[in-house]
Amino acid sequence: MLEILAQAVINGLLIGGIYALVSIGVTLIFGVVKIVNFAQGEFVMIGMYISFFLATQFGIDPIVSLAVSMPVLFVIGVLIQHFLIRRVLGLNDLPQIFLTFALSLLIVNLSLMLFTANYRTVHTWYSDEAFRVGGLYIPVAKLVAFVLAMILSGALWIFLHTTDLGKAMRAASQNRDVAQLMGINPNRVFAVALGIALALAGAAGSLLMPFYPAYPLVGQVFVLMAFVAVVLGTLGNVIGALIASLLMGVAESLGIQFIGADSGLIVVFMLLLITLALRPSGLAGGRRR
Amino acid sequence: MIELSDVSASYGNVPAINGVTINVGEGEAVGLLGANGAGKSTTLRAISGLVKLTSGAITFLGVDLASLPPHKITELGIAHVPEGRQVFPEMTVNENLEIGSYAPRAKADRASSLDLVYSIFPRLAERRKQLAGTMSGGEQQMLAVGRGLMLKPRLLMLDEPSLGLAPVMCDVTFEKVAEIHKMGTAILLVEQNVSRALTLVQRAYVLESGKVILDGTTAQLAGNKQVQAAYLGI
Ligand SMILES: Nc1ncnc2c1ncn2[C@@H]1O[C@H](COP(=O)(O)OP(=O)(O)O)[C@@H](O)[C@H]1O
Ligand SMILES: [Mg+2]
Repeated sequence: MLEILAQAVINGLLIGGIYALVSIGVTLIFGVVKIVNFAQGEFVMIGMYISFFLATQFGIDPIVSLAVSMPVLFVIGVLIQHFLIRRVLGLNDLPQIFLTFALSLLIVNLSLMLFTANYRTVHTWYSDEAFRVGGLYIPVAKLVAFVLAMILSGALWIFLHTTDLGKAMRAASQNRDVAQLMGINPNRVFAVALGIALALAGAAGSLLMPFYPAYPLVGQVFVLMAFVAVVLGTLGNVIGALIASLLMGVAESLGIQFIGADSGLIVVFMLLLITLALRPSGLAGGRRR
Repeated sequence: MIELSDVSASYGNVPAINGVTINVGEGEAVGLLGANGAGKSTTLRAISGLVKLTSGAITFLGVDLASLPPHKITELGIAHVPEGRQVFPEMTVNENLEIGSYAPRAKADRASSLDLVYSIFPRLAERRKQLAGTMSGGEQQMLAVGRGLMLKPRLLMLDEPSLGLAPVMCDVTFEKVAEIHKMGTAILLVEQNVSRALTLVQRAYVLESGKVILDGTTAQLAGNKQVQAAYLGI
């Protein structure tokens, strides 16, 4: 029993790392640019297809192809900010909501056309490998994904807290007008925020590829979790999103283990409703870092 | 060094200032006085680019500011310490000051500017690692002024630095502003606390309903019956 519990917790933490990459991106965009990016999951999907094609065409390992998917998605993020989001900022919320929503639908339908709805998988030498510790089973691909997800999250935290550009992003998220009085160009920090958020989504995609199939609608699995984590972790709070993502991975995994294979999301959404009822501004309270 | 000629600005369709003409010379300390809602903050926001002009012109050292975004105006050396302090609450004291020297003109001298600010405000030095949002109003005001100084400004604009402060903190703040002025920085001081402001500035403008209704030297204004009745309670 204890072993089953421990195994479920481990499974949840490992996938929670991926959720964290997605939700940190959503919370970063919300915190800095003040828009909700409904298309975040689609950028995970693009990252997966980038790694899929690099693996099948050139034999490049999906983990190595992070070095491609992250910069490519960073550039896509900057372009989306510059050519699309910038134009709807300052308007009311509706054009902003419809913009990212339309973007999501467009990307999904384009990929259905280009890639078909087929599941694509990449089989690496470590895809079926696992460490056994005591009675516990730790798949190598998921462990690698988790560790890299934590390293990337840590790198983002260091960036936000030690570099001028990172501090400028935090300043802009706390008070946009006064940030401009400091000489911060809002368009520049918004573009960097979009770039980083999409690069993290792309990283999640590449890291998933050794153990998860790519298909045009795959982003929805992850964006749903990301939104719950972002709300649980207090909108705009990077550390909050990280911790909430890990918690949700564990909650989902416990649900699957102890309630039923289809029940993971039931537990997750119960957790969300209870948290919102008791602490409407999320687990981290009103704080934004 | 800065000249506003016939500047008007509005929020939506509601005019907030209407034909304001003022100037501040090099190294001068000038007051912008008036009751709540007179348009003092809007005048400062027009200078720093946070509200667009509907008409008129602003030049700073010969540069036309009307077409520049706020971050470019900051880069010219205009520091705006906004009303209500508005420090970055989730950043430490030190981070708030660092971000004050984000602009390229100030970045290279960050270390020496930090030393200067910490020497003017020893209280901030003691609290370098504290989150700005957890400090008292007076301390936040010191931080907001210090953050403005980090720009190495040519012109420091202060919007009601005494607002909501206990009398002692108010004294300290005015002392520090006088000290900063003595170091050669030009100051545009917005105040409702007219008697206090007149101890610090050499000249002042009085704003009412978005228009300059009076201007003159400190002595002229202090002796003016209208000012005495409306603002000095004499
Ligand atoms: N953000 C705003 N939106 C709409 N009206 C505003 C805003 N800020 C100020 N006003 C209006 O503009 C006028 C001038 O305000 P303000 O410049 O803040 O005056 P002061 O700083 O002298 O108190 C007032 O009538 C005020 O109600
Ligand atoms: Mg005001």
